[in-house]
Amino acid sequence: MIDRIEYQKYVSDNQPKSPMVRTLIAAFIVGGIICCIGEGIGDILKLIFKDMSEKDVATWESCIMIFLGSFFTALGLYDKLGHYAGGGSIIPITGFANSVTSPAMEYNREGVFFGICAKMFVIAGPIIVFGVTASFIVGFIGYFVV
Amino acid sequence: MEIFLTYLKVFAVGGLVCLIGQILINKTKMSSARILVLYLLAGVVLEVTGAFEPMKQFAGSGVTIPIMGFGSNLAKGALEGVAEKGFMGAIAGGMSAVAAGLTTAIVCGFIFGLIAKSRSKKI
Repeated sequence: MIDRIEYQKYVSDNQPKSPMVRTLIAAFIVGGIICCIGEGIGDILKLIFKDMSEKDVATWESCIMIFLGSFFTALGLYDKLGHYAGGGSIIPITGFANSVTSPAMEYNREGVFFGICAKMFVIAGPIIVFGVTASFIVGFIGYFVV
Repeated sequence: MEIFLTYLKVFAVGGLVCLIGQILINKTKMSSARILVLYLLAGVVLEVTGAFEPMKQFAGSGVTIPIMGFGSNLAKGALEGVAEKGFMGAIAGGMSAVAAGLTTAIVCGFIFGLIAKSRSKKI
């Protein structure tokens, strides 16, 4: 018999480690490239629609990035990228789109209602709940401070 | 040359943000939902403290494309809503600021969920 602490040490010694340097470089490069694609989309929008306001450009930019993230998830390419890039593909807004689309695709065999629609928010749910609650708290405090 | 420098800044800052996330993943074994929530709240805090605006001026999409931009939009929307509509703005402002992005994500997720079959078993 080995005690709990010894066992935990054994587990942490033997579980697969993600190679530190390689994953860091991959996350840096992929994350940087995704942000550059976003910036490029913004610049192209500014070229096509010259009278568009800065705010609208930013909104369109994130909408297009979300669409692209969703689209490449549907093609099955984004998960391959995620396997290689880790944080580089999770943290950009495309990763958020991926976290919505991926469970929706995964569970479509369980039906539209309780498969796609319910399971869509398995990962994105906490993000939306935390985000909306945080924004309410900010607004609530702001209302009394300002 | 100017444009090259802009993209270099976007690449470096965006890459750095993702690099920090990857360090968190490697060191703490957090799941991707936790990482995303952490970054979102960081965006909210940065926006409220006023640090996000200079970062946006410096790196553009390098900070707005990571999920921090989503958080900062939520906080900014809530504060703008308060200034415009009082308490109702505090309730509705955050969501209306991110409504376009959220709707795109849900509609795309639903449509692609209907037409595409999952290729990987990983969620």
